[in-house]
Amino acid sequence: MWNVGFIVETVGNMNEVLKVESLTKYYFSGYVFTKKVIGAEDVSFSVRKGEVLSLVGESGSGKTTVSRMILKLIKPTSGKMYLHGKDVDSYDRKDYYRIVQAIFQDPYTSFNPHYIVNKVLKDAADFIKVRSNDKSETKKEHFDFRSSLEMVGLTPDEVLGRYPHELSGGQMQRVLIARCLLIRPELLVADEVTSMIDASTRVTVLNELLRLAREEEMAMLFITHDIGQAYYISDRVAIMEKGRIVEIGPAETVLFEPKSIYAKELVASVPTLHEKWQL
Amino acid sequence: MLAMSKNTSLRVQDLKGYYRGSFGVIHAVEGVSLIVERGEILGLAGESGCGKSTLLKLLTGMAEPPLSYEGGEVELEGYNIWNMDYEELRRKVLGKRLSYVPQSSYDALNPVLRVREYIADLLKEHTGRNYSANGIREILVNHFAELGLDKRVLDLHPHELSGGMRQRTVVAISTYLKPSVLLLDEPTSALDVTSQKRLIEMLASLHREGTTKTMIISSHDLSILRQICNRIAIMYAGRIVEIGKMADVISKPLHSYTKMLLNSLLPLERWTKSRKLTGLVGKPPDLRSPPRGCSFHPRCPHRKDVCMSKEPPVTKKGDSLVECWLHCGDSGKHE
Repeated sequence: MWNVGFIVETVGNMNEVLKVESLTKYYFSGYVFTKKVIGAEDVSFSVRKGEVLSLVGESGSGKTTVSRMILKLIKPTSGKMYLHGKDVDSYDRKDYYRIVQAIFQDPYTSFNPHYIVNKVLKDAADFIKVRSNDKSETKKEHFDFRSSLEMVGLTPDEVLGRYPHELSGGQMQRVLIARCLLIRPELLVADEVTSMIDASTRVTVLNELLRLAREEEMAMLFITHDIGQAYYISDRVAIMEKGRIVEIGPAETVLFEPKSIYAKELVASVPTLHEKWQL
Repeated sequence: MLAMSKNTSLRVQDLKGYYRGSFGVIHAVEGVSLIVERGEILGLAGESGCGKSTLLKLLTGMAEPPLSYEGGEVELEGYNIWNMDYEELRRKVLGKRLSYVPQSSYDALNPVLRVREYIADLLKEHTGRNYSANGIREILVNHFAELGLDKRVLDLHPHELSGGMRQRTVVAISTYLKPSVLLLDEPTSALDVTSQKRLIEMLASLHREGTTKTMIISSHDLSILRQICNRIAIMYAGRIVEIGKMADVISKPLHSYTKMLLNSLLPLERWTKSRKLTGLVGKPPDLRSPPRGCSFHPRCPHRKDVCMSKEPPVTKKGDSLVECWLHCGDSGKHE
C-alpha cells in the first residue's frame, strides 16, 4: 500500500506546476492599537499541467489576495509556494515571469495608453527571447503576431497599429490572451478577466482561455465570483470564505453537491433561466 | 397608437433621445413605444450600449447634456412628463409617483453625509420640514426593518457600507415615499451572487407589500431578470426588438437577437459543459449612423433582402410583440 501511494505521489508531482501550502496573509493597520485583517488564511492547493482551477467566492473572500501572492506582488505573512517543486523565492524575477503570467480584471489599466498594440506584443516576444540572444527578423515576428491574434479570434488588421483606447474591452482582453500565447507561460493567473467586458462577449473570451489550457497544456488559476463561469471553464473548483478555502474538489461535485453550509448557500443564490426562486 | 386601459401605469409613445456633442449625434433611443400596466415588473435586457440606461433616464423626464430629448410622449399616472416644467415635475411626480435608482449606488448618496442626514435633506425638499437626528431615526426605523435592513446603517457614511448594503439602502430611500413606479438601472451588476439575491428578495417584498407596484429593471443578465420580472423587453440599437411575457420569451424567443442573447448566457447548469457555447458574433452598430433597414441585419444569420432596405414593422405573435421581418408573414397582424 505504502509503495503504491509513493508512486502516485511522484507522478502527481511531475505534473504539478504550482503548489501552495498554508498560505496566509494578514494586513495590519495602526501602530499602537494594531488591527488585524485577514486577507487569506491557511490556503493550500495545487494546480496541475493543463488543469483549470477556479477560486470562487464573494468580494472580500481573499481570492485576489491569493492571486497577488502567487504573482509575487505582495509578500505572504507565512506559508510556502512551490513552482515545479522549487520554492518560488529561488527563482530569478524574470525567469519567474516567463513561467507565470497574469491577465487582470481591468483591461484598460493593463495597457500603456501611449503604446500601440504591436509594441505590447513585441515587448512580450523580446521578453522571451532575451535568453537565447536570438534576433530574428521583423517579418517573422509580424507573422507570429498575426497568427497569435488570429488564434484568439481577432482580425489582425483590426487591432495591429491601433492604440488601446480604439479597442473594445473584449478585444483588449483577447489581445492580452494573444500576448500570453507568445510568452507561453506554464501557469496563467486569470483574475476576474470577464467582469469588465460585456456579458455577450464573455463566452468568447472564456473559450479562448479554455483552448489555451487544453491545447498548450497550460495550468490556469481562474478567479471569479461568477459561479456559472467557474463551472463552465474549470476542472476543479475551490470555494473561499473569509480568506479560507471551505471546499475544494471537482467542479461537478463542489457546485452541484456542495457539502459545507456556505457553499450550499452560495450555489443556491445563483440565478438560472429555468428555475424561479421562491420570493 | 398603443391601446390604453384603466390599469395602465406608464405609456411611452415613440420616445427618442440622442446624445449630441463633438462626437456627433448618437441615436441612443430611437422610437420606443411601450405600455406598462400597474403591478407589472418589466425587465429591460440587451448588450451594453443598446439604450437601456438612456431609456430609463428619459422616463424620469430629466435629460442632462449631452443627452437630449428628441420627441415622443411619456405618460405616467396621467402626467405627461415631457410637457411639464421642472418645478412641477419635481413637486408632483418625482419621489411620490416615480423614483429612479441610478446604476452606481455610490453616486446616489452624498459621500460627506451620514445616511440619515442625507435622508433628512431629501425629506426637507419634499415636505419643507426640518428633521432632527432622532426624528429621522423614528420615521425610518420601521421602513428599514420591513426591508430587512439594519437600522445602524442610518448612522453610517456611504463608504462604510458594502456594495450590496449601499444598493439596498438606496432602494429603501427611493421607495420611502411609496412611488407608483420604480426605475432601477442595472441594480445587480456590481454585486456578487448572495447580495444579488438579497436585493431581489427586497424588491419582491416591496412589490408584495404594495409599496411600489410597478417596476422597470434594466440588466444585461437575463437569468437575474427571470427571477422577478413578469415581462421582458429586449433592446437592440435603441429600439425594443421583442417584448413579451418572461416565460414566453425565455422558452420561445422570436427575434434572432434574443436567441443569440440567450445562447451567450452562462447559467450554472450541467449542460453548459457538454455543449459548446458560442457567445455573440459581431458587435453592435455605430449608433451615429445606424444601418439601413433592420438595425440587426449585419449580425443576423437569417437575413433576407428586405431586412437591408426596410425597417421591420411591429408584429404581434401570441402575447409577444416582435420587430422582425421573419415573423411578418400572413400569421402576423400589424399594429
